Amino acid sequence: MISVVDVRKVFNAGKANEYIALDGVQLDIEKGRITVIKGPSGSGKTTLLSVIGCMARPSSGRIRLSGVSVEGIPDDEGYVETTSLPERFLTQIRRKTFGFIFQQYNLVAGMTVIENVMLPAYPTGEAYSAVRNRAEDLLKIFGLYSRLDAKVQWLSGGESQRVSIVRALINNPSGIIADEPTAHLDTKLSSEFMNIIESLNREGRTIIIASHDPVVCESSVIHRVVEMRDGKVIR
Amino acid sequence: MNSRIEIQRNILDFTLSSLLRRKTKNAVLMVVFTIVVFMLASIIFFTNAVKREAVAVLQNSPDIVVQRLSAGRHDLIPADYIKTITDMKGVVSVKGRHWGYYFEPAASANFTLVVPDDGGEEGRIVAGKGVSRTMRAGDGDILPLKSYKGEWVVLSIKGVLKSDSELVSSDLIEISEKDFRKIFGIPKDRFTDLSVTVRNPKETLTIAKKIKDSFPDTRPILRSEVLRTYDSLFNWRSGLLLIIAAGAVLAFIIFAFDRASGLSAEERREIGILKAIGWETSDVIAFKFWEGLVISLSSFMAGIILAYFHVFVAYAPLFEPVLKGWAVLYPEFRLVPFIDPFQIATLFFLTVLPYTAATIIPSWRSAVVDPDQIMRSQ
Repeated sequence: MISVVDVRKVFNAGKANEYIALDGVQLDIEKGRITVIKGPSGSGKTTLLSVIGCMARPSSGRIRLSGVSVEGIPDDEGYVETTSLPERFLTQIRRKTFGFIFQQYNLVAGMTVIENVMLPAYPTGEAYSAVRNRAEDLLKIFGLYSRLDAKVQWLSGGESQRVSIVRALINNPSGIIADEPTAHLDTKLSSEFMNIIESLNREGRTIIIASHDPVVCESSVIHRVVEMRDGKVIR
Repeated sequence: MNSRIEIQRNILDFTLSSLLRRKTKNAVLMVVFTIVVFMLASIIFFTNAVKREAVAVLQNSPDIVVQRLSAGRHDLIPADYIKTITDMKGVVSVKGRHWGYYFEPAASANFTLVVPDDGGEEGRIVAGKGVSRTMRAGDGDILPLKSYKGEWVVLSIKGVLKSDSELVSSDLIEISEKDFRKIFGIPKDRFTDLSVTVRNPKETLTIAKKIKDSFPDTRPILRSEVLRTYDSLFNWRSGLLLIIAAGAVLAFIIFAFDRASGLSAEERREIGILKAIGWETSDVIAFKFWEGLVISLSSFMAGIILAYFHVFVAYAPLFEPVLKGWAVLYPEFRLVPFIDPFQIATLFFLTVLPYTAATIIPSWRSAVVDPDQIMRSQ
């Protein structure tokens, strides 16, 4: 379970261009479910995903993760509060608890598919051969094994999307965070993406997707839609 | 422990693949870096080797050399001067020396003919490496030299000089006194100059003055004066080389500043991605550290090796204008390889370390920002 308690995120605080991206967000996200955060551009979806995924710190409020163990942090109370954790613990959560799928895919150009997939595992200290075997197995599952040594800039949009999904799965995270994952995909590929999401959820993973794409928001595989506007949860 | 090594291995693996991705840019960086190190190392190798030659020359230099002047030019000195100088207080010994230059037209080379202290063996000579090389004659070969009358004096080589310094021995021929006089037509009571050994080095100047007073037609040359001459000669050469060195250092500063002043948008984006997918700030810094080290260390080593070949194998062709003074004296001047580890270490600390630091700092500045911000700033 992920609890978002009265979270505010203000950019450029105190300056003329101050912008409130999240304004007192209160939200509980159930474990093992697919939750979609819906809303127009600028509603605060991406910022909410960033603070949940420990990529940014909220200006105020708390984020609590239960059922997550972080090396060096006691979880006597049954949850870990991420907002006050030092950087290295946040990195550990980003690395082990969540896998990220980005709108722009954010693959490292010039590198091959397998190298991109293995990147999140490099700082874990796991043996290269073990990571490579796991990466190859995942690429087989996602039908990308033949593209193993292809440079990522040669891939189609659908292939790039799948590579970013495989990369998100390499450290076997319990949660997947996807930000506008279908923004660059056609309807067919978007539907395929939702099928993948369903299969990942069946494996017991918690999925949080930010999107305003009807293919995602109206998909039968999702369990809950949270609506946002102007930095607030409205439904 | 093993996992830490594994992390560094994985990061190094990524670094190498990352360097290959920007082949052209990194190749240019390495070429510039190599040229800078090459120039600086060439100067260090060259000046050190030349200074070493000078030390070798001065080691054999007597306290005072007495030359006779006639019409302002160096003339042969009469043997009876020896007795008078030997009797002076504070003088340990006085020896008459025979030496002269012999021009070999076939090789267009000047050889220095010297009579050794033991007087040498008639008909046999010991040749310097340069002589042996130029005349293509080694141990046991015959080397005919033409006398002042145009007659051939046939000499056999009984050995080739092995010396730490080519400046001292390269063009040298050790010849017997009898053959020397035969070739140059020098009378028995004349020497080229006299070498004087004094008991107390502090009295050298006084003794030189006494010699000058007793024989006004002589010119006593002190070891310290020889030293000064060499010093000014090397300083003049070093001065020219210093200008080259300053240019190289300036180029390096501009180069390092360019690296330190920031990262490209692409590099910043990459750091953002790495952080977002679970790399720590320290992992990103380790990646940039390896990147800087791979480039600077490879270039440093390439620069040092190239400089070694330039100075000690190719005999510093790029410094030829500065070297010309030597080239007139020695048709083929070869420096004996000598590397001072301390100076190599200094060069290492002045190039590899600043460059690596210049690579890390902007990356650290980017990496401490929330990955979210880096991703949004695209």
